[in-house]
Amino acid sequence: MERSIIRLLTCGSVDDGKSTLIGRLLVETDSIPHDIIDSTRNIRRSGSTIATGEIDFSLLTDGLEAEREQGITIDVAYRSMSLLDGKRLIISDAPGHEQYTRNMTVAASRADIALVLVDATKGVRTQTLRHLTICSLMGISRIIVAINKLDAMEYNQSVFEEIRANVQTALTRMHLNDVLFIPLSALASDNVVQGSANMSWYEGQTLLESIQDWRPAQAIDVSARMRIQLISRAENFRGVSGTVHRGSFTVGDEVKIFPSNQSATIAKIITYKKEIQSAHDSEAVTLLLEPEVDATRGDLIAASKEELHPSNRFNADIVWLHEDPLIHSRSYLLIAGSSQTPATVTRIRHKIDVDSGSQNSAANLGVNEIGSVEIATDAPLTLLPYLQSREFGNFILVDRLNFRTVGAGMIRHSLRRGENVVSQKYEVNKAARALQKNQKAQVIWLTGLSGSGKSTIANGVEKRLHALGMHPYVLDGDNLRMALNSDLGFTPGDRAENVRRISEVAKVLVDAGLIVLVAVISPFEADRQCAKSLFEEGEFLEVFVDTPVEVCVERDPKGLYKKASKGEIPNFTGVGQGYETPKNPDLHLKGDADLDENVSKILGEII
Amino acid sequence: MGVKIDQKILKALESESIEILRESAAVFRKPVMMYSGGKDSSVLLHLAKKAFYPAPIPFPLLHIDTSWKFKEMISFRDGVVTENGVKLLVHTNQEGVVAGASPFKTGISEYTRIMKTVALRQALDQHAFDAAIGGSRRDEEKSRAKERIFSVRDEGHKWDPRNQRPELWRTYNTRLAPGQTMRVFPLSDWTEIDVWRYILAENIEVNPLYFAKERPMVKRGEQLIMVDDDRYLLLDGEKPEMIKVRFRTLGCYPLTAAVESTATSITEIIEEVFSVKLSERATRLIDGAAEDSMEKKKTEGYF
Repeated sequence: MERSIIRLLTCGSVDDGKSTLIGRLLVETDSIPHDIIDSTRNIRRSGSTIATGEIDFSLLTDGLEAEREQGITIDVAYRSMSLLDGKRLIISDAPGHEQYTRNMTVAASRADIALVLVDATKGVRTQTLRHLTICSLMGISRIIVAINKLDAMEYNQSVFEEIRANVQTALTRMHLNDVLFIPLSALASDNVVQGSANMSWYEGQTLLESIQDWRPAQAIDVSARMRIQLISRAENFRGVSGTVHRGSFTVGDEVKIFPSNQSATIAKIITYKKEIQSAHDSEAVTLLLEPEVDATRGDLIAASKEELHPSNRFNADIVWLHEDPLIHSRSYLLIAGSSQTPATVTRIRHKIDVDSGSQNSAANLGVNEIGSVEIATDAPLTLLPYLQSREFGNFILVDRLNFRTVGAGMIRHSLRRGENVVSQKYEVNKAARALQKNQKAQVIWLTGLSGSGKSTIANGVEKRLHALGMHPYVLDGDNLRMALNSDLGFTPGDRAENVRRISEVAKVLVDAGLIVLVAVISPFEADRQCAKSLFEEGEFLEVFVDTPVEVCVERDPKGLYKKASKGEIPNFTGVGQGYETPKNPDLHLKGDADLDENVSKILGEII
Repeated sequence: MGVKIDQKILKALESESIEILRESAAVFRKPVMMYSGGKDSSVLLHLAKKAFYPAPIPFPLLHIDTSWKFKEMISFRDGVVTENGVKLLVHTNQEGVVAGASPFKTGISEYTRIMKTVALRQALDQHAFDAAIGGSRRDEEKSRAKERIFSVRDEGHKWDPRNQRPELWRTYNTRLAPGQTMRVFPLSDWTEIDVWRYILAENIEVNPLYFAKERPMVKRGEQLIMVDDDRYLLLDGEKPEMIKVRFRTLGCYPLTAAVESTATSITEIIEEVFSVKLSERATRLIDGAAEDSMEKKKTEGYF
């Protein structure tokens, strides 16, 4: 199958002659406006040896150095050019040393071809291996290793052969099967667009030819799939809109909708002002299904013979993109196509060293690190292994508080244990149980420093409710750490897991119709928000027990502040670890105020 | 036509733009689509009609009128609105008008800031739009080449180029924290030629200012400026003369240079764009001096 738009990733630094190479490619294919070319004839970088009046190709694509000088942000840049056969090439250029992995992952995510530059005067360096490792991980179809600056090495074939042999040794540990090696000189215009008279020993393609010659791999499995983006509603019309991936859908096709596993037939395929018989790969269409099934945004439509297995447990590779590290057990938002669901990394299997490819054990993932993880999603997702489908095998992780994109994920495979658990429905429900107890089932979540008075207040509220004939129950953080959570410590990851388990227990008790009082430090906003998200609107009351730290230290009911100040408790909240003040608590109590007053305030909220 | 172009490119670009428009309609609380009456706006409007058919376009259009736009932009705009039955909102920074902001008196960059950047912020805030869809392309300018398709703006519509969300695959993070808004660029991967070829292929109506015609022009340095009304400050002894010109981009008439041309059809325009090989924004006065001026304007909230 042909593709009209090809995406090329360029990796390498200015020193390797990357800007000159891209500049040369753009000029020699006549892809760049002439006024812009002329503007590079008279500007010179300090130290440049190019004669005034000649084109400095490296200036055409505002390379890293120029960006630094002008204070322009260093980021992935996209440029379009026309190939000589009429196709379009979109170049994504990933500069930057500091943010290398992140930038390159972004640029590589859509690339078909990667151009990996090696400076012949320097040979294979660590960064070359890093580039190849990331290309392999991101599923790039073709790698072109351009061995540049051969003009400076007298066009010596043995220099080229030695570098090729070194790269090939590294390739044995990667999933890359289409790798081309081209000897060239961007500066002297050898083997870029034109062949080279200087390297008659090379009989292969020029760089441009090797780009134009690329074709997408023949997919083994070609039945069509479409994710629903939008429900299209007009007068007497309800269709599902989305983009077809691979294969084609034809009117009359039997399809299945995942994850609900409903069946339907394609009654009509609609595009602008007309109906068509078949919709092919990459076409944005609207389908009319019969019968009108209950399909929503995020659902996947596939040919009915397809055996897809929605799951909520996956093995995946993750590239971490943010300065705040990945915290195991913390809940993130997972976005895959048009689906979104909370997800938790339940296990970090190992970290991948991008320079050597070796696997090291890891407790967390920092920025620019790559790891192999197990991930659990709240809702089932229909995802495929990334190696089989880039489109249905990718996802991103988003911070649930500030919505920054923090991780990029590639599914290895789904873990079947997720799909064998099916929720059982019971006829007596939460509302019925609460009604029988003559109360509204809910959770009162008390957060605050150690010694702030959470347990004392919870005790006071429970006594008063009990005396009124109601059914409260206290979940105390410390008490639970003696049993259910006895395996957990106090690192941010363990605290996230501690809060997650307590909130799940609270949810069970609320389902039983109880009024649940939770007394736990829960120092991190993200974890509290995650707890809150388990409950329905109005079921979760966040109470901030705000006691000045000096008062807590003076109270020190368990002698913990004393120990922490001696360095005996490393992650103690308020000493070795921060406490994130709740931004919008439902109730803000002064922890050094009168106890009865605080208890009454809470009662006022729940009765 | 000199250069071979794969016709399937347009189809691929169209599908991807439609996907982006549908995504915007599906996820944002109250999106709006920018509409200026220029060629990119015409293409964007056409794509929006296609994206949602048979349903109507689910968001209104917004035009930031600086009060110095070409007269023909306004008449064309109003014609299109009537013909397509779309809802159009027009916003002008009235404080700027009262203060006498003008491309002649205020200085180009300050005028642009007041009548375009501030005006846009006012309009988005006034209607509480959480996403604004625009027709900018990555091939227009260096800092646009680094722009995301879904680009977050912080409180006050500020763009922080150093803190952009990484955008991977076609998996878009469209979530907004309180105070944030989104700018959406469905035409990111299109080039100027693609826009014209698509206009030709889809028979899209475009503004007559794009076609060569004799117009009253004055020459300022290298640039040809059209005297569109009597507010234009002529220099001593300067007299507009009729020259056959067309415009490659449209904006505020005193700040938009014309090119001498004989192209009176889309086909001729395409041939001309191919043969001239000058960058499109060379005809815009506002982008001006500093190389990074677009990045600066964007950090203030410019589109």
